[in-house]
Amino acid sequence: MKKKASGSLALVQRLALAPYSVWAVLFIVVPLIFVAYYAFTDQQFHFTTDNITRFFTATSQVTDEAGTREVHTYLLIFMRSLKLAVISTVICLLFGYPFAYLISKASERTQSILITLIMIPMWMNFLIRTYAWMTILQDKGILNSFLGMLGLGSIHIIGTESAVVIGMVYDYFPYMILPIYSVMAKLDVKLIEAARDLGCNSAGVLRRVIWPLSLPGVISGITMVLIPSISTFYISQKLGNGKFYLIGDAIEGQYTANNLHFAAAIAFILMVILLLGMAFMQRFANKRAAV
Amino acid sequence: MKAASRIYTGFVMVFLFAPIAILLVFSFNDSKSLSVFSEFSLHWYRELFRDSETLGAVRNTLILALSAAVISTIMGTAAAVGIHKLKNRYLRTAMDTVTNIPMINPDIITGISLMLMFVFVGRLFGAATSLNFVTMLIAHITFCLPYVILQVLPKLQQMDKSLPEAAMDLGCTPMRAFLKVEVPEIMPGIVTGLIMAFTLSLDDFVISYFTAGNGFQTLPIRIYNMTKKTVTPKMYALATIIFFVILFLLLLSNVVDKDTAQAVRTAREKRKERKGSK
Repeated sequence: MKKKASGSLALVQRLALAPYSVWAVLFIVVPLIFVAYYAFTDQQFHFTTDNITRFFTATSQVTDEAGTREVHTYLLIFMRSLKLAVISTVICLLFGYPFAYLISKASERTQSILITLIMIPMWMNFLIRTYAWMTILQDKGILNSFLGMLGLGSIHIIGTESAVVIGMVYDYFPYMILPIYSVMAKLDVKLIEAARDLGCNSAGVLRRVIWPLSLPGVISGITMVLIPSISTFYISQKLGNGKFYLIGDAIEGQYTANNLHFAAAIAFILMVILLLGMAFMQRFANKRAAV
Repeated sequence: MKAASRIYTGFVMVFLFAPIAILLVFSFNDSKSLSVFSEFSLHWYRELFRDSETLGAVRNTLILALSAAVISTIMGTAAAVGIHKLKNRYLRTAMDTVTNIPMINPDIITGISLMLMFVFVGRLFGAATSLNFVTMLIAHITFCLPYVILQVLPKLQQMDKSLPEAAMDLGCTPMRAFLKVEVPEIMPGIVTGLIMAFTLSLDDFVISYFTAGNGFQTLPIRIYNMTKKTVTPKMYALATIIFFVILFLLLLSNVVDKDTAQAVRTAREKRKERKGSK
């Protein structure tokens, strides 16, 4: 009797997974297949590789102080996205890592206050956060009136790559701190004491104990900053004055122009590159963990 | 060293809060200027509350976030129970991988992929516009689900397996044992999942942008449309209100968190006492 009852419970529990399974296939897996399908078809849904080739071969004229020249439109956009995203991620890591360490060393009360403080801007919509920077960095904005008050003249920063990087760093900085902090908070203090007892100095403890143990947090922090910054399309429009087209802008632009097949192709290429990158990073992390 | 870390903390906090503080201050500015503060006024707040489009967007956002949160919490909790019971290793890996996809993929790809499917299916049925409230709701449930599952699953794994068995030995039907014993145990995870789903849905712009129809405007989409043109400090008034709502919610969730944690702890202690007295 009891066996039968618990058997039916097991069945119910297994059935509990059914709605989600159907949902996940319909709305997670199938849409990704649609990206590939659109990427490899033309307007009449006939097979073609034109969209993919266009990404790699399309050229356009660029005029700057070095003169006019022919460039690969989308490759250039992709490289620019990668460059700005990597710079932002490195800045976030350089400033976020010591900060996460500082928090993990504080008293429990201070820790929870600091973490809450870091989360507040994160919960503000990123459109608002980005917009705030636009008003600060404008030529007649607050930064320049502040510099003027100090008699330092003014700087032109809006519409430059630096402005885009500032926006990315500001928007995604908490995503770097939080995962690193959560790993460091769980770090066994005994390991650090043991290293010290065995004659390690502070730099040695940091390099040989804390850094390797915090690596999982660092990896997830890097992913959480790099992926949104490489695929953003609002930050570049607002802070780059639309002059620095990023890969996200390219996708959004094609979507707005109703070129769904080419938008899908760009998204598909971005997805493949990110997947390869992540697999590479995971292997690197595993290798480091094994040593 | 202590002083240095204080200074560093201060520096980070200034970086994080200066832009927000500026929005706050200039929302009370009488003039339209964003760099010179002329006089204190509630002018922009009055403007904001007269803007029916923005108010409608707030209502839409709340309806969408609430529906998405409730549905994804129910489906996600059930899914976590099912995944927890999965014995087959390959099925388990497949489940974990699929669940991870929306969290790893950039929002823009999740948005584009759902949009392409909706448009394609819509065309099959001959619909002129296939994007509406329902497609947006589907999209929001989809990106909320993994977060709910990720909150509930660890709670199931931490649970003492003998608890539901004991309940059944004492005459509970399996369903009753599940509802009376397992659900209270995993409740903190369910509540956190619900709150997370709600805030994620509230805050989402990118996925909404691609899956929203013309008629349905959420607050982030409204903000996007507002910042496309020249902006009035009305936006700042809105940002200020959002800031205080978030502050309030965060403080509240901190209190709730401590309370649930406290409740769970006392329940556990009581159980231990009972065990001891036996």
